[in-house]
Amino acid sequence: MSTSTPLLEVDRVTAGYGAVQALTEVSLHVMPGEIVTLIGANGAGKSTLLMTICGDPRPRSGRIRLAGQDITALPTHAIMRHGLAQAPEGRRIFPRMTVRENLLMGAEALTSGDPTPQLEQVFALFPRLKERLSQRGGTLSGGEQQMLAIGRALMSKPRLLLLDEPSLGLAPLVVKQIFGAIRRLNAETGLTVLLVEQNANLALRLAHRGYVLVTGRIAMEGSGRALLARPEIRDAYLGGGVAA
Amino acid sequence: MTRAESRSPSARRSDGEPHRPSRLLLALKDAGLAALVALGLFAPVVGLRTDVAPSGGLFLRTRWEDVAILCGIVFALRLTLVLWTGRRGLRPSTAPGPWTLRLQQAGRLFAPALLAVALALPFIPGVGRYELDLGILVLTYVMLGWGLNIVVGLAGLLDLGYVAFYAVGAYSYALLALNFGLSFWICLPLAGILAAFWGILLGFPVLRLRGDYLAIVTLAFGEMIRIVLLNWVSLTGGPNGLSGIPRPSFFGLSFSMSGDPDTFAGYFGLEPSPLHRLIFLYYLIFALALLTNWVTLRLRRQPLGRAWEAMREDEIACRALGINITTTKLSAFALGAMFGGFAGAFFATRQAFISPESFTFIESAIILAIVVLGGLGSQIGVAIAALVMIGGFELFRELEEWRMLVFGGAMVLIMVLRPRGLVGTRTPSVALRQKRLIGANLIGEGKG
Repeated sequence: MSTSTPLLEVDRVTAGYGAVQALTEVSLHVMPGEIVTLIGANGAGKSTLLMTICGDPRPRSGRIRLAGQDITALPTHAIMRHGLAQAPEGRRIFPRMTVRENLLMGAEALTSGDPTPQLEQVFALFPRLKERLSQRGGTLSGGEQQMLAIGRALMSKPRLLLLDEPSLGLAPLVVKQIFGAIRRLNAETGLTVLLVEQNANLALRLAHRGYVLVTGRIAMEGSGRALLARPEIRDAYLGGGVAA
Repeated sequence: MTRAESRSPSARRSDGEPHRPSRLLLALKDAGLAALVALGLFAPVVGLRTDVAPSGGLFLRTRWEDVAILCGIVFALRLTLVLWTGRRGLRPSTAPGPWTLRLQQAGRLFAPALLAVALALPFIPGVGRYELDLGILVLTYVMLGWGLNIVVGLAGLLDLGYVAFYAVGAYSYALLALNFGLSFWICLPLAGILAAFWGILLGFPVLRLRGDYLAIVTLAFGEMIRIVLLNWVSLTGGPNGLSGIPRPSFFGLSFSMSGDPDTFAGYFGLEPSPLHRLIFLYYLIFALALLTNWVTLRLRRQPLGRAWEAMREDEIACRALGINITTTKLSAFALGAMFGGFAGAFFATRQAFISPESFTFIESAIILAIVVLGGLGSQIGVAIAALVMIGGFELFRELEEWRMLVFGGAMVLIMVLRPRGLVGTRTPSVALRQKRLIGANLIGEGKG
């Protein structure tokens, strides 16, 4: 694995919205088959980084490469057809469309026509979605909506899955389910995941490697376990004494 | 809404004697409030009137008795309404009640029945010139409603200037036919293409706009087109309009009354009758409207239609799924405009005369009202709304100046009773095994 090119390479990217510069010279990479997490406080620029990878906003400087190919200048919809998928922050499912319609929307970027195998994969991962197939997206519970958002992202058969705060607003038990699914997905299909999380404890336990973002700069990086053990991480993001 | 209903459900349910006085009191209070609002409204509108004095100047005449009578009527009506609905308990939501379900069930039979009646209309005994003319008018609005439904109902882009595309279609046909002698059948697709082109032209600057801002720009666009038509006298004839627009022919056979072998009547050996052309026009707009409906229904099952609906729901999520918002939006504008253009070309050939007067904002408003009253996104709802609105408008012609009042009252009534349109439910575009209805309470107001 160490000899292959990174699946995603963010190379000294600076980006922001309007006059606000949210990211400064951020560099990170994600190897194929890895789960990498990006943690940091509110407003550190985690979500901005995910959005910048997707081309909205565009980086002001630096390059973004996907499997060696430069995608920096591509429009968002084209980037999303390059084997990248995102389950965006706040889930953003289509509330008045059915679960099935939501999932099929995810298959829009699928190059091969038939979405059935992808549907089967999503159902295997989240059986709950199969039960709710003809229900409106807006009538699902928060956890089911998150499953739908992830399922929808998986429909395009991505090589890299970007997850933005999948634990947001969910009960601990549901979060555990979602994280379990991500772990299984990674172990069984080798899907590469870049995970943005507020819940640093959970994220670092799940991820192979992690990056810590502080006011738009990468402050630390290392393996999940190593970062968990760092006292400054404990104090800043794990709220001091966190039960194991 | 009213104070009477805001009380706890248990108090309402018990409906016993102890609650009677308080209900009456509340109803009186509510009616008094309504009368007060009416007073504020009617005092300047009805109470004061400027008349021309014999000496030539204006003088102010007061009519306080009329104001008092009107306020009294409002008070009485409000009191009855509150007491009546208070007993039933006015439902604050429009959950899919029995009435919605019944309507939906009836709708399954109703749509084919409506279609059959529409198909057979010219041959129903007693249907003459007037009825056919009215049928053509209603169908034109059905088509316009379906066309606008693509933009507003499916893609969720509020367009207040839809009449602009209607005008582009009408003038396209008129100018092409008058200047180059092209036939209706060549001009019809050209008019559609030109209107679609203008739809894209409007679409580009408004790509980043949503909601109110989009509505304002489209409203301005509609007016711009009309004002250009009004002032470009050398091309469009300005306020005089264009006349002598050729009538359509039936595969080269004209509908002239001469009875020659190269006319419709002569060729088929029929008695020449002015009704022939009317029946032909009727079926023409019928076919065009059905085409609009068919294309919309087909597209809803295809990626483009799904992308429109998804875009209406969440633009950012759409982009995250690799959907090109630019092309999706522009295609909605273009397709909606194209059907508006078709309808415009038909309008021009039917009237044989067009002027900017036919393309004022009120037309856009009526078409939008048809779409909203019919229930955004519902095809049959739009057809019924067009029938009710345009047909009803004709029906109340005898009431003259009261017509607008009846019309406005009907609209208010529909919005009170069925705030999400006549057919406020929609069946999922894609469903597993069984299509379940989507209750109106799950459909956002004004979003369908």
